[in-house]
Amino acid sequence: MSGPAVGIVLVSHSAVVAESVAEMARGLAAGGPVVAVAAAGGTPDGGLGTDADRIAAAAREVDSGAGVVLLADLGSSVLTVKSLLVEDELPPGSRLLDAPFLEGAVAAVVAASAGAPLDAVAAAAEEAYTYRKV
Amino acid sequence: MRDAEFFGRWMSAAAAAVEREADRLTELDSPIGDADHGSNLLRGFTAVRAALEAEPPAAPGAVLALAGRTLISTVGGASGPLYGTLLRRTGKELGDAAEVSDEALRKALYTGVGAVAQLGGAAPGDKTMLDALVPGVAALTTSYRAAADAAENGALATVPMQARKGRASYLGERSIGHQDPGATSSALLLGALADVAEAQDGAEAR
Repeated sequence: MSGPAVGIVLVSHSAVVAESVAEMARGLAAGGPVVAVAAAGGTPDGGLGTDADRIAAAAREVDSGAGVVLLADLGSSVLTVKSLLVEDELPPGSRLLDAPFLEGAVAAVVAASAGAPLDAVAAAAEEAYTYRKV
Repeated sequence: MRDAEFFGRWMSAAAAAVEREADRLTELDSPIGDADHGSNLLRGFTAVRAALEAEPPAAPGAVLALAGRTLISTVGGASGPLYGTLLRRTGKELGDAAEVSDEALRKALYTGVGAVAQLGGAAPGDKTMLDALVPGVAALTTSYRAAADAAENGALATVPMQARKGRASYLGERSIGHQDPGATSSALLLGALADVAEAQDGAEAR
């Protein structure tokens, strides 16, 4: 990678899920430098749910000026990211991706680590929906 | 006219109503949700009350903006961003005036409910908060009490509906026969508004 890369935030109801998917995506993208991937899972007290402040902090952590993509699992994860975007509480160039959580995360981390710009990272993750398994 | 203190009393009354009804909200959320609506809202509105007491904003719009931001930060479930958006957008519409008219509040709430619909992608009939909020806000042209009653009736009317949004929608037809917890808490919010409005109007008439 040269220059700023797209940062990635994984938002899940579960801290373990967010961390594990981040670890898997980093592992599958390895072979060269891997972009910053932050996990924002669960509530502050360790329960299942969504922590808006953690999401905003995670987006700031991975922001290096090339944009930040967020992948969310379902329900409050999606709604919380959307409400943060509406109120401009995420770094400029932040985008919620319409993608399956795990497959989209792997695609986004691989694409971003290869130096793809924001639109291409988003497209790679969103294409994951078109991959049929049967 | 309604000042910042009025809006503070509304949020405080809403917090008290949630506290009173938390067990019932969680009970309603058990068969069709994840049994956390009461405890989530209780945590959220307790934090709202603390935030407003710590630093009471000077304008109605700022009271709702702070309340909404606090709900988004503390609730942890879908009701956080949904109620947070309702209050923040309503607050934004009210602007920074020190006092607002009932008509301005009615219009602002109408916009706030529209923002909730847009955020969640739901429509009336989907068995959500909107089934109480939409008729409730429409009845504000009559009175605050009429709005509270319409919201309450709207919540009751969710019983025979099949959920089309959120976790309850995964249950399909099995979501029928249960009152929606979000619609129920929305009716509490408008009920609290009617209570504080009637208290102020009664005091002014004396």
